Amino acid sequence: MNKPLNNPSATTNDSMILYGQSFTSRLLLGTSRYPSPKILEQAITLSQPAMVTASLRRQGASTEDISSGFWEILKKLNTPVLPNTAGCHSPKEVIATAQMAREVFQTDWIKLELIGDDYTLQPNTLELVSTAETLLKDGFKVLPYCTDDLVLCQRLVDVGCEAIMPWAAPIGTGKGPMIIDAGLGRPSHACQVMEWGFDGCLLNTAVALSNDPVAMAHAFSQAVNAGRTAYLAGTMQEQDTAQASTPVLGTPFWHQNKS
Amino acid sequence: MIKVIINNESYEIPATSSLADAIALRNPKPPFAVAVNLEFVPNNQYKSTSLKIDDRIEIISPITGG
Repeated sequence: MNKPLNNPSATTNDSMILYGQSFTSRLLLGTSRYPSPKILEQAITLSQPAMVTASLRRQGASTEDISSGFWEILKKLNTPVLPNTAGCHSPKEVIATAQMAREVFQTDWIKLELIGDDYTLQPNTLELVSTAETLLKDGFKVLPYCTDDLVLCQRLVDVGCEAIMPWAAPIGTGKGPMIIDAGLGRPSHACQVMEWGFDGCLLNTAVALSNDPVAMAHAFSQAVNAGRTAYLAGTMQEQDTAQASTPVLGTPFWHQNKS
Repeated sequence: MIKVIINNESYEIPATSSLADAIALRNPKPPFAVAVNLEFVPNNQYKSTSLKIDDRIEIISPITGG
């Protein structure tokens, strides 16, 4: 077992294990759409995510000024990088992008995105499993962005994915780590899915487009920890009727009505 | 001379050019990675990779991502 990476507050001795690598944080943070590189850097520093996502594009094509200093931020912070294959529409594009990402970022981690529909960004579930299998055989540690289809999730696990990342929806294959990816808007959402028993959350826009991304990154970090702690603690069963929490026996001024 | 496409732009290069020669036309800032016709080419093979007409070369670099 590798030494746990990063060490945020909250739960101890409760690492998230992905492909044998131990992470003390259960938050994976996206790096796009922040107001400035400085704010991105502060958000990462304060929230101490397990990994930060990154991508690859033609040089000079990005209109985001933030990307100019992005590489320097990654090197400086030394947070593990999870490259994605965002924008890939075919298995061939995914494979080539993943291999390029491995060379550039010097990591076997890959967030597998195989887009099937541009409008909803729904993954191409029909080719996702075979693509994941190809990447796994090539030595990648694959975190596939998928839907909440139970059979799909099962097949991804069957071919060797040690974690899956369904978009935000309550599901439960109960097989290996499941990380919610995409669709979370508020820390309460992240807390909720962690309470349900998901193993981690990956989010980007909810932090980047908030009024204060640094504070929001911290809020999400705390929410993920709170939800995880609550899951481990086991929430109480819902009751249909009110039940006094203060003992009734010995209540002063109480008397039986004997009339 | 042969025509190749680099990052969706057309270039005329000598037929004997290697991939390394083609990359040099763009003078990309490291780090970057390269694919030819949707096949990844490791950086230690740039000089030994020859090109043919209408090859599509992609040179990509790290950016932010979600």
